[in-house]
Amino acid sequence: MAQNVERINDHARLFHQPEYQELFARKREFENCPSPEEVQRVAEWTKSWDYREKNFAREALTVNPAKACQPLGAIFAAAGFEGTLPFVHGSQGCVAYFRTHLTRHFKEPFAAVSSSMTEDAAVFGGLKNMIEGLMNAYTLYKPTMIALCTTCMAEVIGDDLGAFITTAKNEGAIPKEFPVPYAHTPSFVGSHITGYDNMLTGILTELGGEKTTPNGKWNFIPGFDTYVTNNRELDRILNLMDIPHTILADNSDAFDSPNEGEYVMYNGKTTLAETRDAVNAEGTIALQAYSTQKTRGFIETEWGQPTYVLRPFGIRGTDAFLMKLSELTGKPIPRQLEIERGRAVDAMTDSQAWLHGKRFALYGDPDLVLSVLSFTLEMGMEPVHIVVTNSNESFEAEAKALLASYPNGSGATVWGGKDLWHLRSLMFTEPVDLLIGNSYGKYLWRDTHTPIVRIGYPLFDRHHLHRYPTLGYQGAINLLNWIVNTVLDELDRQTIIPAKTDISFDLIR
Amino acid sequence: MTTTASEKRQIIKEVLAAYPEKSRKKREKHLNVTEEGKSDCGVKSNIKSVPGVMTTRGCAYAGAKGVVWGPVKDMIHLSHGPVGCGYYSWSGRRNYYIGTTGVDTFGTMQFTSDFQERDIVFGGDKKLDKLIDELETLFPLSKGITIESECPIGLIGDDIEAVAKKKSKQIGKPVVPVRCEGFRGVSQSLGHHIANDTVRDWVFTKSDKISNEELGFTPSPYDVSVIGDYNIGGDAWSSRILLEEIGLRVISQFSGDGTLHEVMLSHRAKLNLIHCYRSMNYLCRHMEEKYGIPWLEYNFFGPTEIARSLRMIAARFDETIQAKAEEVIAKYQPQMDAVIAKYRPRLEGKRVMLMVGGLRPRHVIPAFRDLGMEVIGTGYEFGHGDDYQRTTHYTDPGTLIYDDVTAYEFEEFARKLKPDLIASGIKEKYVFQKMALPFRQMHSWDYSGPYHGYDGFAIFARDMDLALNSPTWGLVQKPWQ
Repeated sequence: MAQNVERINDHARLFHQPEYQELFARKREFENCPSPEEVQRVAEWTKSWDYREKNFAREALTVNPAKACQPLGAIFAAAGFEGTLPFVHGSQGCVAYFRTHLTRHFKEPFAAVSSSMTEDAAVFGGLKNMIEGLMNAYTLYKPTMIALCTTCMAEVIGDDLGAFITTAKNEGAIPKEFPVPYAHTPSFVGSHITGYDNMLTGILTELGGEKTTPNGKWNFIPGFDTYVTNNRELDRILNLMDIPHTILADNSDAFDSPNEGEYVMYNGKTTLAETRDAVNAEGTIALQAYSTQKTRGFIETEWGQPTYVLRPFGIRGTDAFLMKLSELTGKPIPRQLEIERGRAVDAMTDSQAWLHGKRFALYGDPDLVLSVLSFTLEMGMEPVHIVVTNSNESFEAEAKALLASYPNGSGATVWGGKDLWHLRSLMFTEPVDLLIGNSYGKYLWRDTHTPIVRIGYPLFDRHHLHRYPTLGYQGAINLLNWIVNTVLDELDRQTIIPAKTDISFDLIR
Repeated sequence: MTTTASEKRQIIKEVLAAYPEKSRKKREKHLNVTEEGKSDCGVKSNIKSVPGVMTTRGCAYAGAKGVVWGPVKDMIHLSHGPVGCGYYSWSGRRNYYIGTTGVDTFGTMQFTSDFQERDIVFGGDKKLDKLIDELETLFPLSKGITIESECPIGLIGDDIEAVAKKKSKQIGKPVVPVRCEGFRGVSQSLGHHIANDTVRDWVFTKSDKISNEELGFTPSPYDVSVIGDYNIGGDAWSSRILLEEIGLRVISQFSGDGTLHEVMLSHRAKLNLIHCYRSMNYLCRHMEEKYGIPWLEYNFFGPTEIARSLRMIAARFDETIQAKAEEVIAKYQPQMDAVIAKYRPRLEGKRVMLMVGGLRPRHVIPAFRDLGMEVIGTGYEFGHGDDYQRTTHYTDPGTLIYDDVTAYEFEEFARKLKPDLIASGIKEKYVFQKMALPFRQMHSWDYSGPYHGYDGFAIFARDMDLALNSPTWGLVQKPWQ
């Protein structure tokens, strides 16, 4: 069956045609694949408790981890600052990967440069590459600031970033006063959330700013939150409350820029002047804990500011956030936010019957997991498997305390440091109704037939989910929408066979 | 808008003016305009990228794991070192395959040794040793393992070759150490070469001692291997179908949808057919030298080149094959005529700028031409001199050539030349779309495909039309301005 020009088949249909099915059969003769029975036998075994035990006995091997490496988070943080070009010192392939990854998720351009170190730099160090790279990047792309981080190559050979930047300035590659904050971001330490923290600390350190008179503002740090329009929602809420603020840093426009016929390279919204003035704020509120530990430490010790971690996600998280803001600033919670709260609660009570008691697995970064947990517990859902590859002890303690505060949290286990192949075993041996995670979760959906709600990073296979805020009361409605409608879509899929399952193919749900 | 060759030269000068002097001198060697009768494109290539200019290039690891070895579906490809490299390249290339993932095939999985600081300090060989045992326990049906080294491995002095030898003996399967640390070479290209060499040294050296009988293989006079088709969106299948239709027997797809067994069969072919010359020519040359297998580059993009390639391939066989090739060309002709009749009027005269890797900066030009489109500029991410020699066969005189183009140059060229379509990669896509320029990804076929073969050309034509003639581009300008 050749192509019909009126209905051209691409891969999704083409290969199901008989001529291709026959081709696959012919090809098998040369493949030396195990027999279908053998494949079936092993496939069944991978679903067993025996396999789970062997899988959990792994000490050296990681399979399908839910974490990336530091520089990705570093350049994500840098993108929120005015005119800032991320510069990654080390091998160049890393930058191609970071740009690709961010671009595939956001469907937005992302500019970053590399110092393109090769074998000679591995032997002699990367000073020459950095000088040349800074000069070229500065001249060609005219940034206001270059934010520098490293690949593991530069870290293993031990390049001295501070000294290199000074040398580059002394040699006239870039002006002496031009800001080049830097962060060591080895990929063999922590994960992308660590890189975010390190880069933000580096930028705040470099821009410094003089402690003069208090500016009456509050600083807010979003953390490695890829729902970048949360920054717009945060800004709106703070304006409603009349709280003067600086977001460190607001990358909402960098990852969600308008198409007006011209490519604009820099869209970081937080100005360097605002950042320099952040030292004069009343205090700093981080919306994530584990991507801001070092930054908060810096702000407390170097700026002498109080810092707080508040996660405005779900109803109770947003309640606590607003009440704390009110307490800190003396500003009342405005009626508008009460109305929004009421709408979100209204939506949740409308949907609660479909989500109450739903057992689910969840994976992602520590702070994202805590936010989603908080919301789902409020909905009466029952978390079962919680996998956090880039976990840490205090996160686990915090997660367990949160679970313990709800009766429907008692059936959950927090699996720190585990990966998605571990999760596969968990989902086969102790099945759940729903999976919440990033696009890689679709493989678990395929294998275990557990429907997936895509929340997290990266989201490669669905469009525009990242454009919706998850923060605040309005954000809670988005989370609810994704979760409840996935459950209802799945119910329709389960009941769509005429004269068999479609007795429950209901119009009204 | 037509731009003359001399205007293009002027544009190159203007664009280069933005660079600091030292970098300008380096970059000017990579930019040129093709001339009638010249044997190459007049650019230097395969040279280190200039730091800080925003190259699109990747690294040796990307070339070895992401391109050459990664698609071998029944082997486990371990990203050895920190977590990032494997994470970013996980399921990124759509090398289609058939199999039960996690059981007998492993293409869309990410295996990593997830190096921590202690592994850097104390070395990772012991971890690797243990890791291979764990792979064996959990994935008993895998046919072998490749170890793709990431940057730190080569810097801390690990001996992965020793571990590979030892473990291969223990598990009775090939364990292939691939020294593709990202800092080696100037682009992903060296990674291709390194991976090719490991096939030669770690697979062929063993497989050429195994008899056909032991492999269950009965040779025929029509045996060919398809080399360097990575089966993106199913390309290798829509190519294979034509080779089989003309009476040939494809004994190996290396590496798209390939198995280790097919890799071991590849040097038993009568003729090696190579799709991506850049990434697999080394192995074809080796098989020619050692096993006396001739090789042939073919081009299955667009009906003109497909017909030419089918005849060229058939000419290496007897008259029955040649007659069948003519039958196949004739069989598909009406279908191709229908595709061109439908799409050419919508695409005629549209001007394209290309920038891709491998063979595509030249091989897809005739497919655009079949649709009445003109390629006004092209360039390779990681091409060598021999690629640029091969390019003159495809380009019109006066085509702008840019090697390892920087983001700055590409954007400026596009602003000045105002093409109707840009065909490049994901990092470039949204830059140009923000300029209201229609764009198609030419690495991943923008999640469509296949584009190879007659079936693929119909999809290619459909996709170029949908990109160029989407009403969304007309929405970008505000009507009140």
